[in-house]
This record gives sequence, structure tokens and C-alpha cells, in this order.
Amino acid sequence: MTGQTAATAAPAWRRVVAQALFEARLVLRNGEQLLVTLVLPALLLVGLARTSVVALDTQGATRVDFVTPGILALAVMSTAFTSQAIATSFDRRNGVLRLLATTPLGRRGLLAGKVVAVLAVEVVQVVVLGTVALALGWRPDVAGLGPALLALLLGTAAFTSLALLVAGVLRPEAVLAVANLLLVLLTVAGGAIVPALQLPGPLGDLARLLPSAALGEALRAALLDGTVATGPLLVLGAWTAVLAWGAARLFRWS
Amino acid sequence: MPNSPAVEIVGLVKRYAGRAVVDGLDLVAERGRVTAVLGPNGAGKTTTVECCEGLRTPDEGVVRVLGLDPLADAVRLRPRVGVMLQDGGLPTGVRALEMLRHVASMYARPRDVAELSERLGLGSFAGTTVRRLSGGQRQRLALAAAIVGRPEVVFLDEPSAGLDPQSRRAVWALVRELRDEGVGIVLTTHLMDEAEDLADHVVVVDHGTVVAQGAVADLLAEADDRTLRFVTSPGLDTVALTDALARVAPDGTATDVREVAPGEYLVTGAVDPRVVATAASWCAAQGALVTRLTVGRSTLEDVFLDLTGRSLR
Repeated sequence: MTGQTAATAAPAWRRVVAQALFEARLVLRNGEQLLVTLVLPALLLVGLARTSVVALDTQGATRVDFVTPGILALAVMSTAFTSQAIATSFDRRNGVLRLLATTPLGRRGLLAGKVVAVLAVEVVQVVVLGTVALALGWRPDVAGLGPALLALLLGTAAFTSLALLVAGVLRPEAVLAVANLLLVLLTVAGGAIVPALQLPGPLGDLARLLPSAALGEALRAALLDGTVATGPLLVLGAWTAVLAWGAARLFRWS
Repeated sequence: MPNSPAVEIVGLVKRYAGRAVVDGLDLVAERGRVTAVLGPNGAGKTTTVECCEGLRTPDEGVVRVLGLDPLADAVRLRPRVGVMLQDGGLPTGVRALEMLRHVASMYARPRDVAELSERLGLGSFAGTTVRRLSGGQRQRLALAAAIVGRPEVVFLDEPSAGLDPQSRRAVWALVRELRDEGVGIVLTTHLMDEAEDLADHVVVVDHGTVVAQGAVADLLAEADDRTLRFVTSPGLDTVALTDALARVAPDGTATDVREVAPGEYLVTGAVDPRVVATAASWCAAQGALVTRLTVGRSTLEDVFLDLTGRSLR
């Protein structure tokens, strides 16, 4: 009997893709998640590009050109951090992480699936938000598309690590609060949309070292001027190293 | 290792915060057999099973599943082992059948999802999200997920919790069918009838170690083979009755009398016709009317309570 029906695993890439699509579908189907990952950034984009409610020194650029890179940074933070942290913490409590770890997917496959799922949702975000921005008159510097992709990937790595660190240590209720609060704080005062240098006083100096400001700065440099912002990219790399190390050390599966 | 047992555990020790939850446990579960790990809450059943599933690292001892190390050989072992966790492990936002299809996609040759879903009656809630399922529906879905990959060993942690009688029959029938196909099944339970009806081999665990094991029939044979249960006035002197029964019991045997509930008495030990007659006439001498009297075999529950004690914990 065993000869005919012996259990074997599906190929590793198929397991990871299956897990990624499974998670991405859950995000895109969930109303609250959609609100945070798509509706909120889109509203901010339109509001900031079309009104002058928030005073911005756009350094000679159009408002939409200046704001869109920051909105993309916000999109990365909402998916890689807020949405992922909340989903993972509840999956941890409900035993989902433990159950999937016993299937051929395993813990490493689960982790890989999460990263691919985050990237898949980000593709949807970039397409939707990019289309809205283009409709509003956004004209990104084509030479900056490569550097912008690099910044998006590094930012995703840093914020996914932060998500796993928070989700693997705190209770889901606490994660819910921290993940949303941090998103708001980093968006408003973390240098993602409003450059750190334009923030009042010491807040600006402090914010420059945050991953949110580094991501926003790197994206603005790429899409506004077509340049590679080495400093912010190094800051993002350092955050990724520290947060990934912390998550690997402290993450509890149950 | 084609002939190694489904599960082999030698001297397993697992401590949480310095306290040994599993303390030198030995266990062998054969393929093609249902092995029930029976024990009170906190006896170490779940921790033992989690060490077999590769979810926990043993502090001491050796655990082998199909002859492989659940941690070092995890990649080879995971496709061959099915797991049903006590808390389900199902994501709440996903639809029932979607979850089962997803788990099936992890295997090269999974069972037919439609057929399995019909066997376990998942069709009626296939499109319902896990969040809205009843406890019994979740259990059936979790069982389906555990066996969809055609495992050679299945671990079921409290599989009947929350099941209605119909679902329980369906689950038991499926477990028997898997066993007959040669699958080794290890289930934890504190339900006596489940162990008695379903298990080929019962391992009674208490305080992290095995206190008895064997086939159900053997465990019952080792125990007192008969019981006498009668209902009469409450508060009779059980010590005096024990003395009276000792005078008529066959040489070298003893009986024990307990008032298990007000007015309900249980005599265990060498219950023979003279013991029954003596108990009845002793009651008559006390002016107590016996309204019900039954002689029966010990149940697994009697054996279990004798082994693990009757106090709550």
C-alpha cells in the first residue's frame, strides 16, 4: 500500500507560492486590511496632491510628484508592517503557525510565503496608487525606477522584520494597538511623506534615523531626481539587520 | 527503516520553567494500530505529542517517528505525518473548503478533497469562514486537514472534543478505515469510551509518565474483574459492610466499598454470589431498602480512576 500511496510533498516553490497566494487573498478580501493598505493611502494621495490643507515645501516639484514617493513608502509600511504584524499575531494565537509548521510547508516555507505575499500585495498597491498618481499628473523620473525598486525591497525587508518581531513577542491585542499606532506616528512624524528635514526642531534630526524617513527619502531621491540615496539606503539596511536579528532571536511560534 | 514503529519514545523528559511536565516517558505505537494516550488534564499528553510533531524540543530522551528524528529529519518526515492540533490551528478568515484545498496543495498526491469533504460532511459549511464554524465543524475540518496528505502516521489531539454523536461516529469510522489501511494513529483523549471503542492499545499517562499500558481487554483483566453497584439509603457504614463482605469473600481476596454518590454504593474486588447475597442481607439488617442492584464488569473508567486517583486537579 505504501508503495502506491506514500505521501510526498509538493515541490518547495509550489508550496511557497500557494502559501503566498493564500495569504495575499486573505488580505485583499478583508475590508479592514483593504482600508489600511489601499483606501487610506489613496485618500492621502488625492488629498495631499489636490489640496493645500497640509503646507509642504515641494522644493520646486509639483505637489503630486513630491507626495507620491511618500505615499508608496506608506503603502509598504501598511502591508509589510501593520497588516503582516496583525495577521501573524492572530495566526500565532490560533495555532495556525504551529499547524502549518507540521505540514510540508514547514517554518521556513511559511516565512518565505509571507514575504512573497507581502510583495504580491505591494504589486497591487503600486499598480493602483501609481495609476491614481499618474491620473493626477505624476511624472516620475524614469531613471529612478531601478533605485526606487531597490528602496521598496529594502523597506519591505526592514518592515516585515519589524512585523515579525512585534507579532512574535506581543499578544494580538497589543499588536493591534502597536501596529496601527506606529503606522500613524511614522506617517505623520516619521519622515515618510513630510521629509524629516521639514519636521520641527529636534524631531527632524531624530526622524532622519527612522526606517520610515529613510524609505521616504530614498524613494523621493529616486523618483524626483533619478538618484540613488546612499545614506537612507544604508539606514534601511542597518534597520533590516537589527530587526531581522531580533525577530530570529525572540520570535515565539506558540 | 520500513519496519520501524510509527512512534517510539524512550525516556522523554520535557520541562517548562524547570518543572518536568513529561518525566521519563516510554511509548511505542505500531503502524496499523490505534494507540490512545489517556490521561487527566495536565498529565503531559499534549506535550508528548508535540515532541513527536517536531513542535517542541525534548530536554532528554529519544523520540522517533517512522524511525526518523522529528527535528533533524523534519523535511523528510513532514509529508508523511498528519497532525490535528487541540486548538485547531485554522486561520479564522478563510472558508472551510478553501483551507482544506490549501493544505492539500502542500502535497504531491493529496487525497481527493471533494471525496474527503463528503466523508466528513464538510459540504454543508464548505463556503463558511472558519470564524463562524461550530466547535464540531472545526474539529472535522481539522481532521480532514490532518489526513488530506495521505500520511503514514496521524496524531490526533483530543479529536472528539465538541463533536455531536453523529460526527463522532463519522470520525471514528474514518479512523478505523485509516488503521485498516496501515496508518499508525496516535490520539490523546480523556474520553473513556473513545479509548475503549477505538484503541487497540491504551497508554495511561499521569504526572508525565506511563502508569499502565496494554490492550483495553488486558487492562480490564488486570483490574478487578467485577463490580457490584447498589442504590439504597445514604450514609450507611461502609467500613462495617467491608468487614461483613471480608468474612464471606474467597480466601486471599478483598473487596472495597465506597459510597460514590449519596445513596449509591460501589463494591469492587472479588465479587461473587456470596458477596452479592451478603451485601443485600446486610442492607436489610440496617433496615435499608435496596432499590437497584447491578453486577457488572469494571469499565476502563474504573481502571483509569484507580490508576490516576479520583481527586480533581
